[in-house]
Amino acid sequence: MNSELLIKNGRVIDPANGIDKECDVLIADDKIASVGKVEKPARIVIDAAGKLVTPGLIDIHVHFREPGDEEEETIASGSAAAVAAGFTSVVCMPNTNPPIENETDVEYIHRKARKARRTHVYTMGAMTKNLDGVELAEMGFMAEAGAVGFTDDGRGVQDPAVMLRALKYAAMFDVVIAQHCQDNAFAGNGVMNSGYYSTILGLPGIDPLAEEAMLWRDIQLVKKIHPGRIRYHAQHISTAGSVELIRAAKKEALPITCEVTPHHLLLTEECCAEYDTNYKVNPPLRSDKDVEALKAAIAEGLIDALVTDHAPHLQSEKELEFLAAPFGIASLECALALFVKALIEPGILDWPALIRLMTEMPANIIGVDKGTLGVGKQADITIIDPKAEYEIDVNKFRSKSRNCPYHGWKVTGKVEKTIVGGEIRFEA
Amino acid sequence: MALIRKGKSFKWHRKHLLGLRELSAEEITYILDTAKGFEQISTRSVKKAPPLRGKVVVNLFFEDSTRTRTSFALAANRLSADVIEFTKKASAVSKGETLLDTARNLEAMGIDIVVIRHSAGGAPKLLSRNINACVINAGDGFCEHPTQGLLDVYTIRKIKGTLEGLKIAIVGDIAHSRVARSDMWAMTKLGAEVIFVGPPTLMPGRVSELPVSVSYSLDEVIEKVDVINMLRIQFERLGGNPFPSIREYSHYFGLTVDRMKKAKPDIMVMHPGPINRGLEMESEVADGRNSVILEQVTNGLAVRMAVLFLVNQAAAQGV
Repeated sequence: MNSELLIKNGRVIDPANGIDKECDVLIADDKIASVGKVEKPARIVIDAAGKLVTPGLIDIHVHFREPGDEEEETIASGSAAAVAAGFTSVVCMPNTNPPIENETDVEYIHRKARKARRTHVYTMGAMTKNLDGVELAEMGFMAEAGAVGFTDDGRGVQDPAVMLRALKYAAMFDVVIAQHCQDNAFAGNGVMNSGYYSTILGLPGIDPLAEEAMLWRDIQLVKKIHPGRIRYHAQHISTAGSVELIRAAKKEALPITCEVTPHHLLLTEECCAEYDTNYKVNPPLRSDKDVEALKAAIAEGLIDALVTDHAPHLQSEKELEFLAAPFGIASLECALALFVKALIEPGILDWPALIRLMTEMPANIIGVDKGTLGVGKQADITIIDPKAEYEIDVNKFRSKSRNCPYHGWKVTGKVEKTIVGGEIRFEA
Repeated sequence: MALIRKGKSFKWHRKHLLGLRELSAEEITYILDTAKGFEQISTRSVKKAPPLRGKVVVNLFFEDSTRTRTSFALAANRLSADVIEFTKKASAVSKGETLLDTARNLEAMGIDIVVIRHSAGGAPKLLSRNINACVINAGDGFCEHPTQGLLDVYTIRKIKGTLEGLKIAIVGDIAHSRVARSDMWAMTKLGAEVIFVGPPTLMPGRVSELPVSVSYSLDEVIEKVDVINMLRIQFERLGGNPFPSIREYSHYFGLTVDRMKKAKPDIMVMHPGPINRGLEMESEVADGRNSVILEQVTNGLAVRMAVLFLVNQAAAQGV
């Protein structure tokens, strides 16, 4: 074979196949050729002793801002950031300008991604036209073009009849319907969590009920049409109440999944006390109690994916009054270390469990054949130094944006190499 | 001027006045004592003193104001500063020149003190982090209005001697009131007991975590308090329909002549202005013998002079 790549002596973690052992991974062309003891020579040999060899990480919730806001991020800059952070696949949200709402838009994303040649870039399509929550977008055409799900992310679909229609219609295409759960009537013009800090800071709050009310409603809608070919995914859940709803839904074996971001595991509303707009994010940073509930939910296995909700913004936009600044945290480039800090360091998850939530599980949510090191699968692999310590420096980000509140944090867990389709696309 | 309290080595070190929450009782008292020294300037025939001579004060107002803006301008004038008025409607969205750009442009012209009023909570803090001039908060959203809080406690202290042990009711739209918040911090730090009075729909979230008690009945509270501060119903800030009608609101929370009969004879009646006569307060009460509303305005001048003086001094000392 003309292009063989051998990764030797690493701790190979492949949750999908129940593997966690020191061994080798052989890649031939762009596929996994074998996992085990490999004695034969290869063209390129990587010594991964002391390192973790895992399926390529997958982030099913990023904003790459293209088309429309290329000054904040592009598919090229975003996917360069992604690959440096160990992600071999990402899923862009459709709330671009204009939104991703037809097959041409989907193809545009794919074309830009091919040109960038960094990671696999998938996209979700808009659930409703112009994300207005009124008329369904052309889900069929978009699904055929490769959209891996539908959402109006950035806002929730307010009208229950429209949401029910979207869930029913999507069943034709076996795609996931993802929701940014936020009832606008409850959320009002809020800019942070509704609580003690919003009161003393004099800022309008977003009540946890804004999220929970819509999640509760959606669960009722799912129940109404279950069983059917339906998959519902709650994006970035952030409250203890949402955890309760997810627990109950899973008990009933409803086809419901959910995701959690690093900021909802590491930061609280108290971070907003100095009006630093890098902490302005939607859903907002909540209370200690909510953070603990989310961590407990992860320990319990209620959470299906870890995502960044990477939301880049210009410094000039974030330099505004807290009321006026846009929502969003850019955290793609330090994501792995953040999850290590939030989940591995306190002993909530071990490495295989963490990797599973960043590979196999998110791949299943969007229905792509990824997130495993199974023989014959496309060779997307991340090599991680689990002990490497470093300081997060936003100035070194490949992302175009710097709106990251973790600047200066000392963290552990660094991506050494990222292999996409058998090709080394990133080396530290 | 006897500005430094004898026997105390306290030194003012803040070049910004952003809010009262972050001040200690000692700092608040120090401002009040400093204000006392300035009070007599306004009674002289030549109403001017030189401490801010050659300094430029900008009144940067993104919200309507009559009282506060005039008071700051006059205070700065009396301290011999040059005053620039800058009025602009704030935009809730990121359009046009940003707050920071506006401030940086003003700073490039060589200003020393920015007095800012803005509809967004935290705007003064944002400014203080990004420019070298002193920043004085003249009201930010519903976060704080520190000089109003200071002039309120100054007025109370002047009449009652101390705030220690006083019971003070703050009545009305607490949720949207920066005055209520600044008053709460200043009054409780100086030892008073504060009661927020109003309908539950106008109470802020997590009010139980604030250093106050809460009552929905003005009739119950009025008998026990030494001071009552009637907030203005801010029609421009009320969202939705927090009370069914003005008539019903006035019935439960208006300070009427009838209600005043139940109050202690020496109750102090305060209002941050402007008054909606007949809504939160009947004219007879606003103009009555217990009212200190105009004294508040007079005292505001001395307090603002003190604040301008102190922040300028701290800046001069390179704090």
